[in-house]
Amino acid sequence: MTATATPPPAPRVEPRQANYAKQVGIGAAVLAGIAWILTLPPITLRTPVPSIALGLLAAIIGALVLREPKQRRLGGATIGAGLIAVPLSLAMTNQTAANVNEVFTWSAVIASGLTFATPLIFAALGGIISERSGVVNIGLEGMMLMGCYFGIYGADITSSWVLGLAIGMAAGALTGLVHAYFSISLRANQVVSGTAINLLAVGLTGFLFVAHYGDNGTPGTLPQVPNVTLPGIDHVAFFGGAIGTTNVLTWVSLLLVPVVWWFLFRTRAGLRLRAIGEQPRAASTVGLKVIATRYAAVIASGAFAAAGGVYLADGFDGSFNFDMTSGRGFIALAAVIFGKWNPFGALAAALLFGLSTSLAFRMETFSQTLSTLFQALPYVITLIAVAGVIGRSRPPAASGIPYVKE
Amino acid sequence: MSITATLSRAWRASVIPLVTVVLAFIAAGLVMILTGTDPLSTYGDIFNGTGLNWLFPWVTGHARADAAQNLQLTLVATAPLILTGLSVAFAFRVGLFNIGAQGQYTVGAIIVVWVATSWNGLNPVLHIVISIVLAAVVAGLWAAIAGWLKAHVGTHEVISTIMLNWIAIYVAQYLFQEGGPLQGKQALGNPVSNTIANNMHLPVFWGNPALQGLDVGIFLSLLAAVAFWAIMHRSTLGYEVRAVGHNPDAARGAGISVARNYILTMAICGAFAGLAACVDVLGWQFNVSGADITTSQVGFLGIAVALLGRNTAIGTVFAALLFGALETGTSTGNLVSTSLNPELAPQLTYVIEGLIVLLVSTDVIAIRLLGLPRKFGWGGPTTAEIKEEYLPSDPAMDASEGLTTEPGSL
Repeated sequence: MTATATPPPAPRVEPRQANYAKQVGIGAAVLAGIAWILTLPPITLRTPVPSIALGLLAAIIGALVLREPKQRRLGGATIGAGLIAVPLSLAMTNQTAANVNEVFTWSAVIASGLTFATPLIFAALGGIISERSGVVNIGLEGMMLMGCYFGIYGADITSSWVLGLAIGMAAGALTGLVHAYFSISLRANQVVSGTAINLLAVGLTGFLFVAHYGDNGTPGTLPQVPNVTLPGIDHVAFFGGAIGTTNVLTWVSLLLVPVVWWFLFRTRAGLRLRAIGEQPRAASTVGLKVIATRYAAVIASGAFAAAGGVYLADGFDGSFNFDMTSGRGFIALAAVIFGKWNPFGALAAALLFGLSTSLAFRMETFSQTLSTLFQALPYVITLIAVAGVIGRSRPPAASGIPYVKE
Repeated sequence: MSITATLSRAWRASVIPLVTVVLAFIAAGLVMILTGTDPLSTYGDIFNGTGLNWLFPWVTGHARADAAQNLQLTLVATAPLILTGLSVAFAFRVGLFNIGAQGQYTVGAIIVVWVATSWNGLNPVLHIVISIVLAAVVAGLWAAIAGWLKAHVGTHEVISTIMLNWIAIYVAQYLFQEGGPLQGKQALGNPVSNTIANNMHLPVFWGNPALQGLDVGIFLSLLAAVAFWAIMHRSTLGYEVRAVGHNPDAARGAGISVARNYILTMAICGAFAGLAACVDVLGWQFNVSGADITTSQVGFLGIAVALLGRNTAIGTVFAALLFGALETGTSTGNLVSTSLNPELAPQLTYVIEGLIVLLVSTDVIAIRLLGLPRKFGWGGPTTAEIKEEYLPSDPAMDASEGLTTEPGSL
């Protein structure tokens, strides 16, 4: 612990070599990945020897990279990746080829990975918009839950999934308005206000759910968000299974990623929003409306998160259940940080999480007892990814700080 | 300090939280009116469900026996909430947001039930002590992961503690499930651990042990609150923790190791949450099931408890009592009400808790309310005077502020 206070020892590697340390480290990490992939379909190697050799090689290179002070994080990650690849490869080659093929049917992994990723993409986009404007939104979870209930309720009373989506998003936007009022106008602590939103949403949706639907639960005959089948692709090998039949909202979420990116980084309004999140005082000086912009951003983030909730309830499950988001809003928050407040980065994080969740569920084929443990895998991967690979990510400078107009 | 000065300081520190709580109850009452429920009679029923009416001397006979039993349940629910509240509050004081109390509690529950049902033949008292100490230590190490990541890798503790929560919950599910390593020998297809032997239960000192009377766990919690205060105000560590919470850069400049404080703080937070699990498991649960792990909210409620208690030891104790009473008073077993569907009551609790936290997030509303008499020309202090009077001047007192001053916030 105290070692951090002392400066690292002088580099033992020659400066000329040091220039390549990063590339070498990344290459070794890729080797570790290849070591595992060799044992998976379509290659499905039945002997672990090459994988073990590659994994150990990666670990050794990682140890060499570790000696370079500036690349210690990369070196550590590479050693870890190499050492993890060995038992993984052993585990795969211990299974029957049929089992491995069943679990790693990539098209099916992708298809279900997308369903897990969709609500995260929506909520993460909302989180990015809010945080880029300078308001921390820990209440994504609660806003998503409001979308879940009101999406179902709206679809029920209007007999239309489109109106259900609209009502769900409106409920999320209203929840966003509450967060905005407290964190912008009343200058409340934004993390605390977000926590309150989460508790309130659990209580309100649970209260309305019990009061309105009682013990019977939501009706089974709701108009659900439909799937789209891509003509021409649905019978093509691999692509047919992966994206041939996908929910409308999954496509919407994927399309929104470049749209939000374009808005934030290529439009005047997006530039203003980001300026307000970085330097509100300066933005205000040149005449930008800090308060109004932040309100709009937080309300929009509520609507986005709620759209993810509508997908979860009315697209995926077809029903509402008490506290059904079960932490997805927080995963989306992690995706925002992992993706460095960039829509494409958040998309990558959401897909990583969705695919590993999908794999975890499929691993039941390997071991019924261990399958529960596999479900912790996405969280382990996210933790390692946030901690190790991406390094320190920098939030918008004014994020979390209430703005006081002078 | 004279007694009157101490009392007046305590009063000034509690005015705004009290106003906040009253406002939250009024707002939740409006929700009830909207859904066609009579708030006054409902609140009365909930109050009787908490057993706090035992404190009234005019409640006698059968009603008094019922009230005593309810009050015992309320205090049983309060004990772990004090500890998870302390867990979150301690982190707030150093400027960290510990959302991970739930996971730390889960780790504590795994360890305490495992140790307490293994190593047969030990002296029971020694066995209890060993299992409590081990649970606190392992939960502390678990939480220290988040502290270490924050200190040395820069990972935001909100993200790491959330991930650690889920990992702990799934590991627990795996351990206790059918065929899992810690599934009980008598569990026969149920995802439950072994049951702790009778001579290893925390002794019940009030009420009938067969009907879940009040066990000595509440004293463990109160002792932890005293320890919290002592560490915070009577030790070098506490001084450093408050300094880092107030301004990490200044603390670093003064020669305090911020990294070491983050790690130690998280370890202490984890130990508090691990103790909460000990109080539950050794006090009344006696075994741990998969359902116990997934339905428990005590770590998350610790956040609300700490915030309402303004991250102080004494405030946390009273906030935990309020939340424990709410939980017990609205539980389907305790609430006898003609005006409110008992199934709605637990949801109402979440609404009230959410409203309390929402109002705690800002003092502006309470201050404006206290300034109303003056506004209407009835005299009394101005809002500026109220701020001066009732808001704690020690910046570390309101350490959740530290969250916003730190550039690494979300």
